[in-house]
Amino acid sequence: MAASADADFKTRLQNWIPKLVLSPSLAMMLVFVYGFILFSVYLSFTDSRILPSFGWVGWENYDKLWRLSHWETSLINMGIFASLYIVICTCIGLGLAIFLDQKIRGEGLLRPIYLYPMALSFIVTGTAWKWFLDPGIGLENVMHTWGWTSFEFDWIKNRDYAIYTVVLAAVWQTSGFVMAMFLAGLRGIDNEILRAAQMDGASNWNLYRRIIIPQLRPAFLSAFVILSHLAIKTFDLVIALTGGGPGRATELPATFMYSYTFTRNQMGIGAASATIMLMTIAAIMIPYLYAELREKR
Amino acid sequence: MSQATQDTAIRTGRVTRTLIYLVLLLFGLFYLLPLYVMLVNSVKPLEEITGGGMMNLPQVFTLEPWLKAWSSAQIGVDPTGLKPYFWNSIKMVVPAVIVSTILGALNGYVLTKWRFKYDTILFGLMLFACFIPFQIVLIPMARMLGIIGLAGTTWGLALVHVVYGIGFTTLYFRNYYAVFPTELIRAAQIDGAGFFQIFWRILLPSSGPIAVVSIIWQFTNIWNDFLFGASFADANSQPMTVALNNLVQSSTGVKEYNVHFAGAILAAMPTLLVYIVAGRYFVRGLMAGSVKG
Amino acid sequence: MGFLDIDNATKSYGSVEVLHKVDISVQEGEFLVLVGPSGCGKSTLLNMIAGLEDITSGEIRIKDQVMNGVHPSNRNIAMVFQSYALYPNMTVGQNITFGLEMHGVPKPEREKAMTEVANLLQIEQLLDRKPGQLSGGQRQRVAMGRALVREPDVFLFDEPLSNLDAKLRVDMRTEIKKLHQNLGTTIVYVTHDQIEAMTLSSRIAVMNGGYVQQLGTPQEIYDTPANIFVATFMGSPAMNVVPAKVAVLNGRPHAEVALHDGSVAQLPFSQDNLSAWDGREILLGIRPETITDMDGADRKSSNIASMTNRIVVTEPAGSDTFVSMTLGGQDVIARMRSDAEVAPGQDFPFAVNMEKAVAFDPESEMRITP
Repeated sequence: MAASADADFKTRLQNWIPKLVLSPSLAMMLVFVYGFILFSVYLSFTDSRILPSFGWVGWENYDKLWRLSHWETSLINMGIFASLYIVICTCIGLGLAIFLDQKIRGEGLLRPIYLYPMALSFIVTGTAWKWFLDPGIGLENVMHTWGWTSFEFDWIKNRDYAIYTVVLAAVWQTSGFVMAMFLAGLRGIDNEILRAAQMDGASNWNLYRRIIIPQLRPAFLSAFVILSHLAIKTFDLVIALTGGGPGRATELPATFMYSYTFTRNQMGIGAASATIMLMTIAAIMIPYLYAELREKR
Repeated sequence: MSQATQDTAIRTGRVTRTLIYLVLLLFGLFYLLPLYVMLVNSVKPLEEITGGGMMNLPQVFTLEPWLKAWSSAQIGVDPTGLKPYFWNSIKMVVPAVIVSTILGALNGYVLTKWRFKYDTILFGLMLFACFIPFQIVLIPMARMLGIIGLAGTTWGLALVHVVYGIGFTTLYFRNYYAVFPTELIRAAQIDGAGFFQIFWRILLPSSGPIAVVSIIWQFTNIWNDFLFGASFADANSQPMTVALNNLVQSSTGVKEYNVHFAGAILAAMPTLLVYIVAGRYFVRGLMAGSVKG
Repeated sequence: MGFLDIDNATKSYGSVEVLHKVDISVQEGEFLVLVGPSGCGKSTLLNMIAGLEDITSGEIRIKDQVMNGVHPSNRNIAMVFQSYALYPNMTVGQNITFGLEMHGVPKPEREKAMTEVANLLQIEQLLDRKPGQLSGGQRQRVAMGRALVREPDVFLFDEPLSNLDAKLRVDMRTEIKKLHQNLGTTIVYVTHDQIEAMTLSSRIAVMNGGYVQQLGTPQEIYDTPANIFVATFMGSPAMNVVPAKVAVLNGRPHAEVALHDGSVAQLPFSQDNLSAWDGREILLGIRPETITDMDGADRKSSNIASMTNRIVVTEPAGSDTFVSMTLGGQDVIARMRSDAEVAPGQDFPFAVNMEKAVAFDPESEMRITP
């Protein structure tokens, strides 16, 4: 209802109150999100070290950043981590969802078991897996005392394999959640279509491959968006599980930014790395959100 | 939906079914494994763990690690245990959850029932804010907290969590209210109810399911946060997650794994409890509003 | 000046005008029905009267008070919604008195008004229930109770019967009509169902594409539709509209229509003014019930024409039998008595009551008037 010039008091009030109610959230968002983003992006072009400073240095921080081997390591790790994490979570999630959808007795018991890791802090997850995978006291040690003395599993201490333990813990934490998304999708499929396909003589395998999985497209899309954004933001898990080590072997962009900004006092470079992270997420999220919001109109 | 579960059209053979059950059970064990490890090792003496008995049930049952983790373990400089940090977390979580849920509900109400020009763009901006990597706001936020005098306080942390939680709570309430019949709002307008009366008398009494979703989501996220806690808290205002990490990572002295596990369970307890008690309402509430195909 | 005046009211969303200069004046106690297909602007117009949507230009007045910009609650109107819009968390009693409460009416008066309305609608036993526990018909009554209790100047109904099943709909229709007769209230009623429009209204506004196509009593609308849209929208089955040619024979205008085999039937018009159209194409409108067998023809009519045409399909519907044939190259429906002896493929002598036939200008689609 747009305000007419001759509107009575109650009508005019009703035109203003909604905007007034929205304004605190709006103001907070504009300052704390978009204002801060601009500030950080600006800092990435300055000579800030321990504290923000405003000497303009152009692209220098980005130049330095791309020449840092730590950054390169963190990007390579991100590539390995994100692709494995997304693919494995999706496969496990979809598989479990399909299996759980077969009128399973005890579904009510299994589902919460699959889902509960999502309720935990990454710090807790990291702690549990850190000691379980520790060769000194964890799995390897247990196997040795059980008599399998040649058993070796020291990935978490191994520069080349430590990143895979991060994948393992992250998959453990989120795959159940992905399962729930796919399960919701499966339950939403019209049974009559399945009946019709069976009448047409489709086998179970074909039913899934040709009819059901194609209909789960929206679930795949949401899973991809959520998982990729979680992957890019992964920070606490690495801190708790490996501390970025051994050495710098499990450094990710998020931990890189944190250490360069707060412990190495290279705020300009930290801001540059944060800007790159933001751009990556924006490239995934903006088209997705745009499509979602257009649809909902 | 319920129809689909009652009556799945797919039939499977006996061998396939056995295999399916086997896989499902194996994954069940996989998900339970870390919880088992944490639980059994939190109630046994340290020697049993270092001696290679991590997977065994405790031979000597002791609550010592729990007590130590709670009240006397060395965290930072003081041997305070996790207790003070637990309260820090509570002091941060409760106001942040309440405020962000109320704001989210009001925003969702405005964005669906009092629509105006550009409201979708505004919502899009709010929604995008949910997904930004928070590294991008760490530096200016630290400065801002200093300027407004909330640096290193639980209030400051609560404020941060409100700000970055509003996007999600707004999303939940908006999706829920979007399917709430607009005719009810119109009827109430004709009946003479104003903006807040409509919200309070008509909308809010029907908002139980989505309020549960918003509260659980915010509670879990804020309780489990580490990045903001590590960045903005000082020694006296650190939340539970940061304290747990300090406990586990401390390099001095003997590593007391059993205490670490007990501490981890203590840190996980509130969110696990919420999940066990209200998890099903969470899923149900989500289904009522947001997750659609 | 009427009781409710809609004066040149226009509605636009941005640059799109969805309602064009609507002019309707409703007298006190009148039952006006706005009818039309979905998207014709009837609900928008109702919402403008209610104040739920603002008026882009023009005026709406109730009792000579200009209502533009007046808050819905200050217009002294009440509305019954399609979904009933009962507040799910309140009891029936609370639903009915919520409006009074918002207007600051003290509790004893509210209770009294509620009891009266509950008596009137026979819903006393439902007052403590929640809407979720009611049947469709009961919800409908409660929604009307909520409107009645306010004693408004104008009642607005937005497709109130469309969520009910067929039988209940007929019952509630009668009930609404009774209520109107007993209380003498002014009602504006929106529906897409032309039967509801015909049975309930004292006047009908047929709307399409944001224009009022015709405003008149049900009889006027039915017998002398202003244009082809009104002619085919009102009435079920719809009026048959077939191409024909006017020929003046023996000083009287006739409609020449092609029969199934291409031969031509000549049907005399009752309207002499059609002589001016001699030799020109028109569209001939014949309602199905005016095409019958010879025995079923209207005895009061002074102009029964006959034609023999082949029957394509017969559809017995209990009270009537519908017969379809090809006339003027189109499918045409005739409505016969159920005992008419008809069979598909038969060449049958039809009686056409040409007194009721109307002619339209094929260019403008308007009815050709004297």
